[in-house]
Amino acid sequence: MTESVVWLTIFVLSVFVGVEVISKVSTTLHTPLMSGANAIHGIILVGAILVTGTSDSTGATVVGLVAVVLATVNMVGGFVVTDRMLQMFAGRRKPAPPPTGGDA
Amino acid sequence: MIPTEVQLGYLAAAVCFILALKGLSSPRTARRGNLIGALGAVLACVIVFFERDLDHLVPILGAVVIGAVAGVIGARRVQMTQMPQLVALFNGVGGGAAALVALLELHDLTRLGDSAERFALAATAFTIVVGAVSFSGSLVTFAKLQEIMTTRPVIFRGLPVAFGGSLVAALALSVLVVLDPLVILGVVIGLTGLALGVLLVLPVGGADVPIVISLLNAFTGISVAAGGYVLDNTLLLVGGTLVGASGTFLTKLMATAMGRSLANTLFGALKGGSTLGGGEISNRPVRSGGPQDVAILLAYASRVIVVPGYGLAVAQAQHALRELVDLLGERGIDVDYAIHPVAGRMPGHMNVLLAEAQVPYEQLKEMDDVNGDFKRADVVLVVGANDVVNPAAKSTPGAPIYGMPILRADEAKQIVFMKRSMRPGFAGIENELLYDPKTTLLFGDAKDSMSKLLNAVKAL
Repeated sequence: MTESVVWLTIFVLSVFVGVEVISKVSTTLHTPLMSGANAIHGIILVGAILVTGTSDSTGATVVGLVAVVLATVNMVGGFVVTDRMLQMFAGRRKPAPPPTGGDA
Repeated sequence: MIPTEVQLGYLAAAVCFILALKGLSSPRTARRGNLIGALGAVLACVIVFFERDLDHLVPILGAVVIGAVAGVIGARRVQMTQMPQLVALFNGVGGGAAALVALLELHDLTRLGDSAERFALAATAFTIVVGAVSFSGSLVTFAKLQEIMTTRPVIFRGLPVAFGGSLVAALALSVLVVLDPLVILGVVIGLTGLALGVLLVLPVGGADVPIVISLLNAFTGISVAAGGYVLDNTLLLVGGTLVGASGTFLTKLMATAMGRSLANTLFGALKGGSTLGGGEISNRPVRSGGPQDVAILLAYASRVIVVPGYGLAVAQAQHALRELVDLLGERGIDVDYAIHPVAGRMPGHMNVLLAEAQVPYEQLKEMDDVNGDFKRADVVLVVGANDVVNPAAKSTPGAPIYGMPILRADEAKQIVFMKRSMRPGFAGIENELLYDPKTTLLFGDAKDSMSKLLNAVKAL
């Protein structure tokens, strides 16, 4: 396999995994799920750190640092706010009966 | 070449992300899933420093600290009612970061001159456009949700032309940058992307904004994935693609919950002016009552269904509502909450808000389960909701919410609306149900009315 085909393979398989793992989500969890997925794409932080760390001009470094700040806000804020939402679900009084999360 | 240990670390992080999404789709495992995702992200951010020799370590760590503090403060301080805006904002900055990363990568690629790989250049242009669309689009959705700007669809004469023009320009510029890699072209592509994002979201009406947030979330994911290809980083490719794919699927689920196609959500407003809604009927008589009247209705009913809406949460009346429902329950009245899939400002938002008030999970009934019950309900208590019970969704083909599945509150024997005013809902249209002879209106701030109602029921 050439390298591009390897990349394409990873991409296509990831598409299927992405759809498959959330296909049974109940409506109740749409908001936390969206918010959690939102936090995951904050992983662009890794890219931001790489480009900033290899930048060779002041201008590029500054732009890179802005990207680092933005990506960190996305990632850290995303995970924290999702946890806050889910904490409330856990806070209900009865110990959860196995929720039959609707047919959505 | 990236060291093997680092590559394996990225693989572990990617597995964490898959487990996170899997966990997040079931109520029992959701919180753990989110923590696993966070763990994977932290792991990746530590090992990236071992991928290659990086300069500017101190400023980078400083920037991470600034971003983390800002993120935590934002996430902790936000009211749960304003959470959709915050998610939109977080998503937007992520898209912005992706676009900036791609721009810097373009800067590096230009130095390779002719030996720069064509496909990598195309992917770079793609990342810039999609990241920029996500950034500016999210800012507009933020403004709409925060009601900084009108929540109605914004349409002007040349909008379809401007949108089409920007799209063609973005494509043409992308081809150009592949043929002749220049940073300045990348900047122009970014600006075009920003314009495209604004034009994409402007014509979307308030009620459809949640769907757009989800779509833009998927956009950011795709743009991060393309960025991963450009940077030769499998983790970004996998993480971005997972979010892009699951986000697209989630968007489709949400659109289905609102009974419309995605195309209709985005471009429906462009087709006909009637979606702006009419302000023609406003002076017709309505029947309003006091807390005592409503208390009597409720206390002598045997089946009550509560329809909570965003207004309830804004007034912070959910705790008082739970007390009222408990009280009615003690009197032997059968009470449930009917939750519309898009009650609140985001699908599932109302579940979060009621969970905050410790309403037992079992009392929350999803729309399809409860809709058959309205016929037998003696009283439906609509608190701060409007669009989700608006019969126009079934009867008025021109209405912006036409086709959206609604809670059939109109089939109940009596309907009580607790409302602040006659002001229309988020979709900006009149609700015929308010003028129905079966309907009683209890005007006032939801929290205030709710405590009066509570006392009135106690006094009976």
